[in-house]
Amino acid sequence: MLSIKNLQVDIEGKNILQGLDLDVGAGQVHAIMGPNGSGKSTLSHALAGRDGYEVTGGEMLFDGHDLLALDPEQRAHLGIFLGMQYPVELPGVNNMVFMRESLNAIRRARGEEELDAVAFMQRVRDKARLVDLDEKLLKRSVNAGFSGGEKKRNEILQMAMLEPKLAILDETDSGLDIDALRIIAAGVNALRSPERSIILITHYQRLLDYIEPDYVHVIVGGRIVRSGDKELALELEKKGYGWIEEEAAA
Amino acid sequence: MDPNRVRPTQDSVDELIRSGYAHGFVTEIDSDTVPPGLSEDTIRLISQKKNEPAWMLEWRLKAYRHWLTLEEPAWAHVHHPAIDYQAISYYSAPRKKGDGPNSLDEVDPQLLDAYNKLGIPLEEQKALAGVAVDAVFDSVSVATTFRKNLAEAGVIFCAMSEAVREHPELVRKYLGSVVPHTDNYFACLNSAVFTDGTFVYIPRGVTCPMELSTYFRINEAGTGQFERTLIVAEDNSHVSYLEGCTAPMRDENQLHAAVVELVAMEDAKIKYSTVQNWYPGDEQGRGGIYNFVTKRGDCRGDRSHISWTQVETGSAITWKYPSCILRGNDSVGEFYSVAVTRGQQQADTGTKMIHLGRNTRSTIVSKGISAGNGQNTYRGLVRMAQRAENARNHSQCDSLLIGDQCGAHTFPYIEVRNPTAKVEHEATTSKIGEDQLFYCRQRGLSEENAVSMIVNGFCKEVFNQLPMEFAVEAQKLLNITLEGAVG
Repeated sequence: MLSIKNLQVDIEGKNILQGLDLDVGAGQVHAIMGPNGSGKSTLSHALAGRDGYEVTGGEMLFDGHDLLALDPEQRAHLGIFLGMQYPVELPGVNNMVFMRESLNAIRRARGEEELDAVAFMQRVRDKARLVDLDEKLLKRSVNAGFSGGEKKRNEILQMAMLEPKLAILDETDSGLDIDALRIIAAGVNALRSPERSIILITHYQRLLDYIEPDYVHVIVGGRIVRSGDKELALELEKKGYGWIEEEAAA
Repeated sequence: MDPNRVRPTQDSVDELIRSGYAHGFVTEIDSDTVPPGLSEDTIRLISQKKNEPAWMLEWRLKAYRHWLTLEEPAWAHVHHPAIDYQAISYYSAPRKKGDGPNSLDEVDPQLLDAYNKLGIPLEEQKALAGVAVDAVFDSVSVATTFRKNLAEAGVIFCAMSEAVREHPELVRKYLGSVVPHTDNYFACLNSAVFTDGTFVYIPRGVTCPMELSTYFRINEAGTGQFERTLIVAEDNSHVSYLEGCTAPMRDENQLHAAVVELVAMEDAKIKYSTVQNWYPGDEQGRGGIYNFVTKRGDCRGDRSHISWTQVETGSAITWKYPSCILRGNDSVGEFYSVAVTRGQQQADTGTKMIHLGRNTRSTIVSKGISAGNGQNTYRGLVRMAQRAENARNHSQCDSLLIGDQCGAHTFPYIEVRNPTAKVEHEATTSKIGEDQLFYCRQRGLSEENAVSMIVNGFCKEVFNQLPMEFAVEAQKLLNITLEGAVG
């Protein structure tokens, strides 16, 4: 489904990703861990096509499409979803209207019928229950004045609404208390399916107690230096990143 | 509101880009235009052409003589070449058969065609919208509809020139009572040379049965349009008035110096909404309208209420401060504004809330949007007079910048002479963030739709004040205006 080869990404002239390889198959959950500044978030933004993340080498193929040739919205239309670490506030833009515009923009791009108001409302209500999001928040401006946990739940709600093929969740667990973490994890688990791949970017092993990954990768210095299963995450939890960094440097 | 109705499709966007300023066509109509120049003779000629009574001519001449003693103000945050007042023609009227049309059949078909191009089919509006339209084409009203229904309610809704002849006692009593001829340079000029406009009178206890609407359009090259509007709402009456403007493309600057006066008596409520989309000039700013307007409402009676809502997207230069004099106790003044400048447009706009009575309240919500090289200035005055016990004002002035070549400026003036008065002022300036755009695009929205969504969100508080169909139009206008403003 997703194949990244020798990806090199610069931000403001500084080389961050230095030849990253990653293959994600349909239905798989990959966790990407690593110390601060190793390039985890850069990977997620480069996948989504954000301006300022300059790809200087390598390739990214998604379902056979060359992602490098596509704008962010075109990638979204293909089914790539990025759950942001810091969801942006859109004052005055109604949360429900935003989701409906978003969903219908994607459906139009795929040549599908737009969802009518009734069907949309039904779907929003169902999905909001999935992440235990207060319906009042649906009527407010997107993320405006939401707590950290509410913002993250709103991201997972959008993911549930858009039903992406590939969801990249960038530090979705950061800033969450344990109850919120459980709710988010339950929401994500409910969205696991053989057709949907998930990339979880996280600092901590604790998220992986709730969302069990098929693979765990460690990024150090802009490359994946070690891959394994969930045991690797447990090892990291115990020993920290130091030993991997030393190995990578050697 | 259903957002689908206002989202431009890619086809319509392309079409708009190709079409340039969509309302920039010129209708060839045989006009009765006086030669350029301003003198007492010009004013006598205007007055004579309009069959005005002597008192009206005297009033004009008094204003003209005062105008000669004034100098054009230079304090606004706008720049333009000097205006040659002798190069302007002060009167232009479409030719009429006989004494004027009694029905649409008698109206020049070209004129009706012009309205159709603008999407203002009078006939359909009569039948469908239930809106009475006093259509101002250049300077003389040529078609007034729904007059009969309004007359049954006792409402007078007619051209100002007609009101001068038919209702002299009302016009003499109220004309200039809110904006005196000595008020300012442009209002004074207007008092001398105004050619037409609208007069509305709502008798005591009457709620006007429909939204009143006037469409203005400047059509004669080099003809300044000097509209004069007067709305009087007697005790316990209500009226909502809509004003929408477009203008055809022109090479030279066109001066527009209108005056609007509102009078609200005890428990009366006047709601005045404007969507202004006059020609803003070409890419270099050439040929746009100079919009120097004086609008003021007098809350004369206790518990009276005047509300101004404006969406200003057009004109090369806008100089406009719809204001409220809160004279009556417990009276309320409101000002809701969206002003957009892009290209080379300049806007210096805001309001004045003059609190004289006890327990008077005012609300100011101003949203300025600047794109391209646009310069947007909010200038507002809140004055709490000595006897304005417990008066309150809340002002909110927000600026949104798109790109890095534009400017936003805020000049709030606050004068408080009563210790019990409360004045609050909030101001924000924000830029459409790269992070906001990325967020929207990641969710599948095009950059253009993302901008329009963010901008409309920014303006929501003001659009909510507009009557429904006007709000939809305003939102469309905003999207068209900001087309291609990003990237």
